[in-house]
Amino acid sequence: MIDMSLIDGLSIQISQMLLVLVSAPLLTGLVRRVKARLLRRQGPPLLQPYRDLIRLVRKEAVIAESASWLFRIVPYIVFAATWVAAALVPTFATGLLFSWSADLIVIIALLGSARFFLALAGMDVGTSFGGIGSSREAMIATLAEPALIMIVFTIALVAGSTQLSTVANAMLAGVGLRVSLGMALIALIIVAIAENGRIPVDNPATHLELTMVHEAMVLEYSGRHLALIELASSIKLLLYASLIACIFVPWGLAPAGAPLHVHLIGVAVYAAKLGVAGILLALFETMIAKMRVFRVPDLLGAALMLGFLGTLLRFVSRSL
Amino acid sequence: MPSLIETLSGAVPLHPHKLWPRIPVDADTWSMLIEQLTEGRWTLSGLWGDEGTVHMAVLDAERGQLAVASLACQEGRFPSVARHHAPAHRLERTIRDLFGFEPVGAPDDRPWLDHGRWSVRHPLGVRSEATGEGGGYDFLTAEGEGLHQIPVGPVHAGIIEPGHFRFTANGETVVRLEERLGYTHKGVEAQMAGAAPDRAAQFAARLSGDSTVACSIAFARAVETALGIEIPGRAHWLRALMAELERIANHLGDIGAVCNDASFALMHAHTAVLRERVLRQADLCFGHRLMMDRIVPGGVTVELDRPGQDGISALVAMIRKAFPPLVELYDETASLQDRTVGTGTLSDVLTRQYGAGGYVGRASGRAFDARHDLAYAPYDQLRFDVPILAEGDVNARVWVRIREVEQSLGLIDQIIEGMPPGDIAVALPKAKQTCEGLALVEGFRGDILCWLRLGPDGTVERCHLRDPSWFQWPLLEAVIEGNIVADFPLCNKSFNCSYSGHDL
Repeated sequence: MIDMSLIDGLSIQISQMLLVLVSAPLLTGLVRRVKARLLRRQGPPLLQPYRDLIRLVRKEAVIAESASWLFRIVPYIVFAATWVAAALVPTFATGLLFSWSADLIVIIALLGSARFFLALAGMDVGTSFGGIGSSREAMIATLAEPALIMIVFTIALVAGSTQLSTVANAMLAGVGLRVSLGMALIALIIVAIAENGRIPVDNPATHLELTMVHEAMVLEYSGRHLALIELASSIKLLLYASLIACIFVPWGLAPAGAPLHVHLIGVAVYAAKLGVAGILLALFETMIAKMRVFRVPDLLGAALMLGFLGTLLRFVSRSL
Repeated sequence: MPSLIETLSGAVPLHPHKLWPRIPVDADTWSMLIEQLTEGRWTLSGLWGDEGTVHMAVLDAERGQLAVASLACQEGRFPSVARHHAPAHRLERTIRDLFGFEPVGAPDDRPWLDHGRWSVRHPLGVRSEATGEGGGYDFLTAEGEGLHQIPVGPVHAGIIEPGHFRFTANGETVVRLEERLGYTHKGVEAQMAGAAPDRAAQFAARLSGDSTVACSIAFARAVETALGIEIPGRAHWLRALMAELERIANHLGDIGAVCNDASFALMHAHTAVLRERVLRQADLCFGHRLMMDRIVPGGVTVELDRPGQDGISALVAMIRKAFPPLVELYDETASLQDRTVGTGTLSDVLTRQYGAGGYVGRASGRAFDARHDLAYAPYDQLRFDVPILAEGDVNARVWVRIREVEQSLGLIDQIIEGMPPGDIAVALPKAKQTCEGLALVEGFRGDILCWLRLGPDGTVERCHLRDPSWFQWPLLEAVIEGNIVADFPLCNKSFNCSYSGHDL
């Protein structure tokens, strides 16, 4: 007798993995489109990122003569790690097969590994831009990662677990408005902006080599390698949007063992959440200029402090 | 203290119509001039080669005088100006590349425009075959622990002109920047030699596309001075109208582009719309968006009709309405101000030493504006202020542009209102003997110098156009020192020097 919940869990897990993979470029396309509209431009079609990916896959991958084997395998590692991380975040349902491993710490570790390899690849070819990008990325990461850990601690102390489906259920059960969670939310948004290389930390649309962070690291990539890295970037953006939605607005998530129509409602609600996140991001990016590189630590330092304060508050009072 | 022209010409009385003389000098006077330049009394305005001669244009900004000193090259050598006065460096290297004259005592013997890829050496002097294979170039070094070099260009990621920038940085901090230019050398001066003035005017108009109006005015004025002709008043006013439209269009574009380099695309989008409106109006009125070839020696080619005038007045009114909210947006976006204020500060000492014109000079306290200080027609009859700031940073260069847009709007109003009726051009007489002309015209980047000599057959024997960028590019190297690598695009855009105009 096969356990029905196992099949359910597996099918939900597989559909979730496909969902993030397929919808990630759409979110990127939405942000670009909204930004263009805000600038009174027509903007590219929503599906443009898919076309770009197809175009890149068809193109020849040009590899620098000085590149080592590392340079070739990094796109696959980055893509795989990011995809797995995104698969662990409950998007429309909590009853994921891998939910026992869907732990915030694991997600941070997966993203950290992806970044580590990308930074290595940036330096591998030996061009100056790759080095600049990697060093800037490392500078941002050294502050963003601890901030993220502190945010996780705050949330874990409120929800009693670092496991995401448990966190989502705890939030749904009602933890009330808490100062510590508010701080965690602000900190998480700052980290999400920094990690995804959005304005004011980095500008994904820039052509100025000297100001790039993420783009400078991947400047040497082309063809299918670049397609994988672009797709991984889109998935990462989706991951952070999903993460914020899952922890702070968990409504609409289908619980484990729910009937099909609840899951479908979950998908629709998830799509709405992503839409709102994309529009808010585009609005925010339009309103501000990019920071000077050395101001970024100030911003991330604020995120770190907020996470830290959130954790401390939990020790001071159970109700904050 | 005697003025520049008195000093140079001694007791010789000047021909009345030759406002700005060219005077042959000996080595002693040459040295005296260099001394005055180093002491900052006068400003170097140009240094270029000719047959067996080097010419040096010197500006006495205080008195509004300009003169050219000419020194015969003994055995193809002349005493280096750059040895004592740094702004002459690249000009001398260019003279050596184009003519083969040797600046004696010059501290830098590297080529400048000639990258070793031409098929001839010294194309304007005594020509000789060259291999055209190119060669290495020794960039200046910087020594210290942890320094690394970042080569950028000549091909850039954006659609801009080619130029190479070699950064030596300590982490993010720039220790030294060295530019290498010359990638867009078109041989304009060689092309102009032997051409009739109207044909040569087309080359002048294409020296730097964004300043095509100003370059054309400079060339036309030089020809008109050489031939000793007066053009109709209306032509002067139409030229000024085009020049101010060009200034507004470029300044609007620059203000947005500086913000865009700080990733503030909103400003760029709005100013781009305004700039486009200006260009379309120019197209409607003059039949060309950039108004290229509309100004020729002898006058202008297009008459401005009544609907055209109304269109321009409506444009001015529209910009007057749409521009202030954008200025407010610029001023009140804290994240943007954080990028521009205090970034890329240019000292007033360097500004004066290099005689930097335009917004680069005026944002660092150098007040010179050829329209104001030399007051050529019709600016002698128009009221306008020359905005000056002392801060010298990116923000100041943006603000000077903002103020200049406002001034230019006022100028256009006055021009539309006060433009005299009459002809718009006169026929050019044929030169019967060798004659020379000199002009200094204010483009949007700064003052453009044009000197030319017409031969007895009426063609251009030699013409030299000095773009304002010659004295701004070197300052960009100074400005970025101590700033961070990531701020270079912002500094660069706030200068917006011309590659094409500089590379000739």
